[in-house]
Amino acid sequence: MEQPKKKTYVEDIERALYDIKDIDRSRYKSKSGLTEEIIRDISRRKHDPQWMLDFRLKSLEVYHSLALPAWGPDISELNMDEIVTYVQPDAKLSGDWQEVPEDIKDTFDRLGIPEAEQKSLGGVGAQYDSEVVYHSIQEDLTRQGVIYTDMETALREQEELVKEYFMTLVPPKDHKFAALHGAVWSGGSFVYVPEGVQVDIPLQSYFRLNAAGAGQFEHTLIIVEKGASLHFIEGCSAPRHNVTNLHAGCVELFVKEGARLRYSTIENWSRNMMNLNTKRALVEKDGLIEWVSGSFGSHISCLYPCSVLHGENARCEFTGVTFASRGQNLDTGASVIHAAPHTSANINTRTISKAGGAATYRSAVKVTKNAPYAKCSVNCESLMLDDESRSDTLPVMDIQGAEANIGHEAKIGRISDEAIFYLMSRGIDENEARAMIVRGFVEPIAKELPLEYAVEMNNLVNLELEGTMG
Amino acid sequence: MDLTNDEHRLKESIMAKLLEVKNLHAGVEDKEILKGVSLTLGKGEVHVILGPNGSGKSTLMNVLLGHPKYRVTEGSLDFEGENLLEKPVYERARAGLFLSFQSPEEIPGITLENMIRTAKQAVTGEKVKLLPFRKELKAAMEKLKMSPEYARRYLNVGFSGGEKKRAEILQLLMLAPKLALLDETDSGLDVDAVQIVSEGVAGFRKENPDSSVLIITHNARILEKLKVDRVHVLMEGKVAEEGGPELISQVNDHGFAHLLEAEG
Repeated sequence: MEQPKKKTYVEDIERALYDIKDIDRSRYKSKSGLTEEIIRDISRRKHDPQWMLDFRLKSLEVYHSLALPAWGPDISELNMDEIVTYVQPDAKLSGDWQEVPEDIKDTFDRLGIPEAEQKSLGGVGAQYDSEVVYHSIQEDLTRQGVIYTDMETALREQEELVKEYFMTLVPPKDHKFAALHGAVWSGGSFVYVPEGVQVDIPLQSYFRLNAAGAGQFEHTLIIVEKGASLHFIEGCSAPRHNVTNLHAGCVELFVKEGARLRYSTIENWSRNMMNLNTKRALVEKDGLIEWVSGSFGSHISCLYPCSVLHGENARCEFTGVTFASRGQNLDTGASVIHAAPHTSANINTRTISKAGGAATYRSAVKVTKNAPYAKCSVNCESLMLDDESRSDTLPVMDIQGAEANIGHEAKIGRISDEAIFYLMSRGIDENEARAMIVRGFVEPIAKELPLEYAVEMNNLVNLELEGTMG
Repeated sequence: MDLTNDEHRLKESIMAKLLEVKNLHAGVEDKEILKGVSLTLGKGEVHVILGPNGSGKSTLMNVLLGHPKYRVTEGSLDFEGENLLEKPVYERARAGLFLSFQSPEEIPGITLENMIRTAKQAVTGEKVKLLPFRKELKAAMEKLKMSPEYARRYLNVGFSGGEKKRAEILQLLMLAPKLALLDETDSGLDVDAVQIVSEGVAGFRKENPDSSVLIITHNARILEKLKVDRVHVLMEGKVAEEGGPELISQVNDHGFAHLLEAEG
């Protein structure tokens, strides 16, 4: 049973993929593709209510009816016929600490993460118990009527709320992986902030994500009611080593009239991961969604958080950083739909590529006929650290509303030799000079992060820069 | 009282040498720019380099610091008896060289304060404590009439010409090098910038009497507050003339051609 997992080496992406494919073919010979039985089995284990089972089955139908997206990075190495191997519960999710690749363990150490957390981040299911930390926050929130729990509990205890919102913003028919998500989702966070409640401290899903198996098809559902505010932080900068190599999570954010939501994520997947995540926010009148998004790690990423500015004066602020290294193709960006008058969006991204990595900034801005006086400003800057790396910018704009004010600014560049010389002329050695320039490049993003994450992101940048320089 | 060349050579042999450039040949790709430059600078001295455009003045500054664009093909560079040519740029800075750039780089994301503190740590080899550093920085900025908010701004980003000049001189004061190289080639410096450099360098000299200055300029006002020990005139990649401060007014009155004629 442990056989396939042993093959998931981070260093050796190609071989790991082929090995898994080969072995799984023999194991699941009788079941090619995702079947109703598998979905029923997942649903039974999770004690879903009937409507959720029906939802999963319907999603499965949609999944079978859709083709793979025809754009974006090539994901053909993901064998869709063998998709069952990615979703089979506990097939490969419980494992042995010994099998977590050394370089990931090493990174944990260098990021200063204690071993207990390392083990759970390593996906070996040590069920790191941080309930104590949790509870004190929890009590205070509960008093204000805030609900913060995992999706399974929410489905049990807040069934009506979940039923009202679940996958209404990202419907299964959106794309093949959204359908897959609808069929097999598991884990994730649920947050409900009642009208007028200001949650002062950021809620972090850092701990909960440690649960075994969570973090592959996890679903995040956040509802911030009228006039309320919340800062939610998901993920962490430590590498998440999953033995399976497909991540198709879904995030749905509902920002009601005059509400504010800041949603921060740093995703640092192991280098065998295909990260096909869907994130979307629906923003009502005078509401504000702020995205802070860091994409590190993974083999291939497709991530374009979307903001639907649905009410008058709704606003979106998007701040993102992507760092692609050897063997990585990170296709990230943002999408905004202006669907009401006087809506505004501000998109600000930085991408870095090195050692042959490819980073693409892709964005879509749509201004509908119903959205006069829309304002949108896009600023994306890319930095390539060497000649073998790639960087592309693919902005798409579809403007139908009257009196729109749209600006796009893209800059692709390299570290200037003169800047390096300048810093070196002040006694700073070459590696540190480069690191300073790269850190400076992502500074506008780091500034938006809570301190401990900013520090970790700096550490991550430093780790990424080691080895290619000097 | 100006020394004759003979007297100067005598003095050189007695005084501690800081920098000795001998028969320096350097250039970019196939083009030789410096064609055998020699000059010697003692501790605590102020030297001026004059020369027409394209004579190799800025190249000399860059070569002294080891800019990778330039290749040294012949000659030697000794700093306090050590061979500079073997050292990478940052080690030359740590040895005590500093260059105030003619047009300094803009580097987003790095604050002026962070840059100077990192640089100070690098050149002193010691941890620079934040609070005493801030105090020192604030005092230096006051001297240069710089608003304290510049410390938190990104290095030279959006700075005017005069502000960039101030930021360079601020680094000079904070890093207190043994040898300050000042590239003030640009005759287009405005009155403000000229004053900043002039007062800043004078202040640097006062605080660091053992440090030396090698400055490219023919702006007499920059030199007003400095006691110039020696002037080198660079022409076509060679030192064509050397002498005391009187050379500056000669060049300003009669131009370089006059010197060439005198040579010839």
